[in-house]
Amino acid sequence: MESLLLKTGGWFAIALLAFVGIMLANDSGFAVHMTIVALAALTAMWVGMSRTDYAALARGVLKVPADEGVYDDDPVRWGILATIGWGMVGFLVGLFIALQLAFPALNLGSEFTSFGRLRPLHTSGVIFAFGGNVLIATSYYVVQRTCRARLAFPTLARFVFWGYQLFIVLAATGYVLGITESREYAEPEWYVDLWLTIVWVAYFVVFVGTILKRREPHIYVANWFYLSFIITIAMLHIVNNLAIPVSLFGSKSYSAFAGVQDALTQWWYGHNAVAFFLTTPFLAMMYYFVPKQAERPVYSYRLSIIHFWSLIFLYIWAGPHHLHYTALPDWAQTLGMVFSVVLWMPSWGGMINGLMTLNGAWDKIRTDPIIRMMVMAMAFYGMATFEGPMLSIKAVNSLSHYTEWTIGHVHAGALGWNGMISFAAIYFLVPRLWGRERLYSLRMVNWHFWLATLGIVLYAAAMWVAGITQGLMWREYGSDGYLVYAFSEVVAAMFPYYVLRAVGGALYLAGAVVMVWNVWATIAGRQRDEQPMSMPAYDPARDRPLAAPAPQAAPQPAE
Amino acid sequence: MSYDALRHLADSWGLVFLAAIFVTCIGWTFRKGAAAHHDRAARMIFDEDVDNG
Amino acid sequence: MATKFFDHKRIERNVTLLGALSLVVVAIGGIVEIAPLFWIDNTIEKVEGMRPYTPLEQAGRNIYIREGCYSCHSQMVRPFRDEVERYGHYSLAAESMYDHPFQWGSKRTGPDLARVGGRYSDEWHVQHLKEPRSVVPESIMPGYAFLAQRELKADGMEKHLRALSRVGVPYDDKAIAAAADDLRHQANPDHDSDGFAERYPKAQVRDFDGNPAKVTEMDALVAYLQMLGTLVDFEAAAPQEQRR
Repeated sequence: MESLLLKTGGWFAIALLAFVGIMLANDSGFAVHMTIVALAALTAMWVGMSRTDYAALARGVLKVPADEGVYDDDPVRWGILATIGWGMVGFLVGLFIALQLAFPALNLGSEFTSFGRLRPLHTSGVIFAFGGNVLIATSYYVVQRTCRARLAFPTLARFVFWGYQLFIVLAATGYVLGITESREYAEPEWYVDLWLTIVWVAYFVVFVGTILKRREPHIYVANWFYLSFIITIAMLHIVNNLAIPVSLFGSKSYSAFAGVQDALTQWWYGHNAVAFFLTTPFLAMMYYFVPKQAERPVYSYRLSIIHFWSLIFLYIWAGPHHLHYTALPDWAQTLGMVFSVVLWMPSWGGMINGLMTLNGAWDKIRTDPIIRMMVMAMAFYGMATFEGPMLSIKAVNSLSHYTEWTIGHVHAGALGWNGMISFAAIYFLVPRLWGRERLYSLRMVNWHFWLATLGIVLYAAAMWVAGITQGLMWREYGSDGYLVYAFSEVVAAMFPYYVLRAVGGALYLAGAVVMVWNVWATIAGRQRDEQPMSMPAYDPARDRPLAAPAPQAAPQPAE
Repeated sequence: MSYDALRHLADSWGLVFLAAIFVTCIGWTFRKGAAAHHDRAARMIFDEDVDNG
Repeated sequence: MATKFFDHKRIERNVTLLGALSLVVVAIGGIVEIAPLFWIDNTIEKVEGMRPYTPLEQAGRNIYIREGCYSCHSQMVRPFRDEVERYGHYSLAAESMYDHPFQWGSKRTGPDLARVGGRYSDEWHVQHLKEPRSVVPESIMPGYAFLAQRELKADGMEKHLRALSRVGVPYDDKAIAAAADDLRHQANPDHDSDGFAERYPKAQVRDFDGNPAKVTEMDALVAYLQMLGTLVDFEAAAPQEQRR
């Protein structure tokens, strides 16, 4: 009873605080955000009260003890649904802003729909809403299976999920309202950052708590990658968001650092958002789901250990390659470049480890579209982690920096690696989580695969050509010794590539729509009547010429 | 501390230190008995193949 | 090898050790790269002419951030012949020493703005912000006509300057107290503010948006754009970009 009172009272207190925030708000954006917080707190309070079993309470039982014989998969199921939902939002906004660059009339003249405000909505939507949810969901799934234990602190685990959704809603509405710190991939303002810190600490407690109660002596390598992700993101998030708010009742804050120090702190964060949000935890997914789907252990566990330590050590140094030839001191730029180039090795070590897991089962690429997606994901990971070190070489960077090439590089990694491995994990998980025999349709997974692959290829190709064109046009001199092109002419030259990029994005989105349909029908318990995805079995006994035809068996010419 | 002093450190002992850590890490994974242990760890995820979600 | 100590199994079986070691390993790179920037003296070489932003410029900068201009415009000229000729002298670290946060940007969908100050007239900026394609037909920039309508709130500026002084921008008490007056004065010379010129040398004082009746967000943004890159005198070569 006390705990119910305490919880309800706690949510009510938060709602009251938020109301005070609304009353005293310095700017309308802050008032909107406090309204969202108040609504969320009241919802939490109401759900808590209405879900309580009062009859049991009267008997003195607070909560029916959980069935320790079943994994705690509710947050995983929610997480997968949230992943798909936010993913669609993120992809759709991405397509819209891609079209805005080709057809600026689509900015619609409203402040809420201009490119500058929607762009962080797209980047955070796909990285933190789509990516973050798939990571929370899969980490909850994987840590339970590899520890052979239920989630520690089930209530806290649910708080992490819902708290994270509140973070996403606050961040997303903030961007549209113009509430931003302008730090790329860390745009939310100070109070949203504080909230995320609380949620993240809870996430850490749930994850480590589950590992501590494990029934297996060994901590499986996927969990190392998840753990380093949780720890490092906490470190990066806290340091990069150090700021002084203008007022406790206003959204605006000023960064604790200025100029060159601020720039390096931000790109130390920014690059390691790529490293520790978009790489290590997705590698954790690779180390669990690829062996599971291929039904064979990871190629080399020894390599995975070397991979882990070298990757997390090297990645953190690479940030300065975002600031080549800027006012950042040369020594820092050089360090960033050297470590970025060295980083190629552990990255490819990991890719090889993932791909070679299929050694002896390569035929599954032909017969299993989920394996095919995983292989494509690892191939794009390898491609992006080759391109990355190349772009970080100062000579290459002098051409590529500030151009669309960077955008193409990021999307080869994000759409190809993060997207594909996430889709594969979703297809792996959905039948298991909802207790279905199989997916609604494997052939639709195949459709998704080809739509997404074609989309990525169009996207990346368009942006490569656009970026190199841009870089060369900016620096082109005529025989008269003057710059040949005005900036506006270079903008005009980008038009066909922007259109092509949007087409690529639309194809990728179409693939995701196919996935939504497939997942929906699977959860509904339907199975599509379709040809199986495998080739006819090979029978060596039948694969031979007829030796000496017996006379009676010889075909008789018709008479 | 000046840039030159730091640079000197980075080019001498700092480099040796990092190289030593690197070699140690690689050496670790090749220690005796590791192979069997790694093999067990790699197959661990197949111990359970009952999903009761 | 002394397997008792050098045993990876211990790490693989002890989550505290694994977590602590991971944290140490990931902290090294950041510490080695970032910390020296704060105490190696030649990170920012002092230059003449740098001063904190005026309240109006700072308000304009906040609008620049709010609208996400950094998504498409860099403020960092690299030391290449083409960039120096197109945009002006390459950027120095000292020029962003009062930038909380920095606005160097990462993408040039539009041109670099580090030295855009004084390149175009106020009227050009206002028209360009309202309807970009009416002055640059190839432009793909969104229009920001609403800025000219919206009145700028001057009264909160003290708090902003105080927050900035807390993170190290040298605004003294007088500057903080005079913030609102300074802001109105810069956009409307008829409004007096004692000591403005001494506090903010080289600050441009005029009605920026062509509407003297009120101080708008357009005033602030144009004031910010018109001061970008003008504080340090490089006697840079005139830009040679030519429209063909």
